[in-house]
Amino acid sequence: MEQLTIKTYCHIKNNRICINGELAFEYPEASSMHDFLKKAFKHFKPGYAKFYKMDDISKLGFLASEVLLQDKPYLAYQPEDTGIVISNSQSTLLTDAEFQASIQDDTNFYPSPSVFVYTLPNIMIGEISIRHGFRGENAFYIFENFNANFIADYINQLFLSHKLKACIGGWVDQSSENYEAFIYWADNKKDAPLAIEHTAKEIERLYNLIR
Amino acid sequence: MEELIQKLKVQIIEQLNLEDMEPDDIDETDPLFGNGLGLDSIDALELIVLLEKEYGIKIENPKDGQKIFYSIKSMAEFIKSHQK
Repeated sequence: MEQLTIKTYCHIKNNRICINGELAFEYPEASSMHDFLKKAFKHFKPGYAKFYKMDDISKLGFLASEVLLQDKPYLAYQPEDTGIVISNSQSTLLTDAEFQASIQDDTNFYPSPSVFVYTLPNIMIGEISIRHGFRGENAFYIFENFNANFIADYINQLFLSHKLKACIGGWVDQSSENYEAFIYWADNKKDAPLAIEHTAKEIERLYNLIR
Repeated sequence: MEELIQKLKVQIIEQLNLEDMEPDDIDETDPLFGNGLGLDSIDALELIVLLEKEYGIKIENPKDGQKIFYSIKSMAEFIKSHQK
């Protein structure tokens, strides 16, 4: 039976970016996540000015996807066959708070449209989809902690019901204290140097690979 | 007018997060949208907020936006003619 396998994965945390478990970039002296993401984005030079207009959590997910998809594995698939399922614990809480602050004071009431548009976590999925032209199933889920069982089951179900043939899955989270991204690319191709079973156990193992 | 144009360039770069862009990179007659600076619809809304917040000017008729926001120069002329 045809199965999804994980072909590549990316971690971003603690001011480091790893691809398939190997360090791809680090900036230990970054003063904040914002600072780190800007530096990292310039390092990879994808030349996409829209990046700077995104809120920080979208930047985090977008940058992870840029690193993950460097070899353009999606070109082998139709746009409608490629999906994205991402999760986190904080939704877009920091951006929500930023927007709320802009409308808190009746005498200084200037709601920012560009902040408002990012007050939904699935906007990050939209940014990634626009960048690569994905038009398949997508969803963003909120869990207290990374839920590999759910992500594996949900994506496998989409695959088995022929809703998609390839998918980005994972976890992109940001709180006032911390941030982390773990995303992977899974597809049904057989000939690949790396092909990890798309199971909860393997996804959990990969998630915990970088501390 | 020149001072206002320079100020607008700085404000637009900051407000719209035009990373790596300097005021001198923007020609005041370049179109802000389309082939010029390549701004989008959300940027247009930010420019409306900027006019209100920084200059106390409200655009009464949305249809005027296309003309007002054609370039930095047209924005500056609009501000100049509406400032009390």
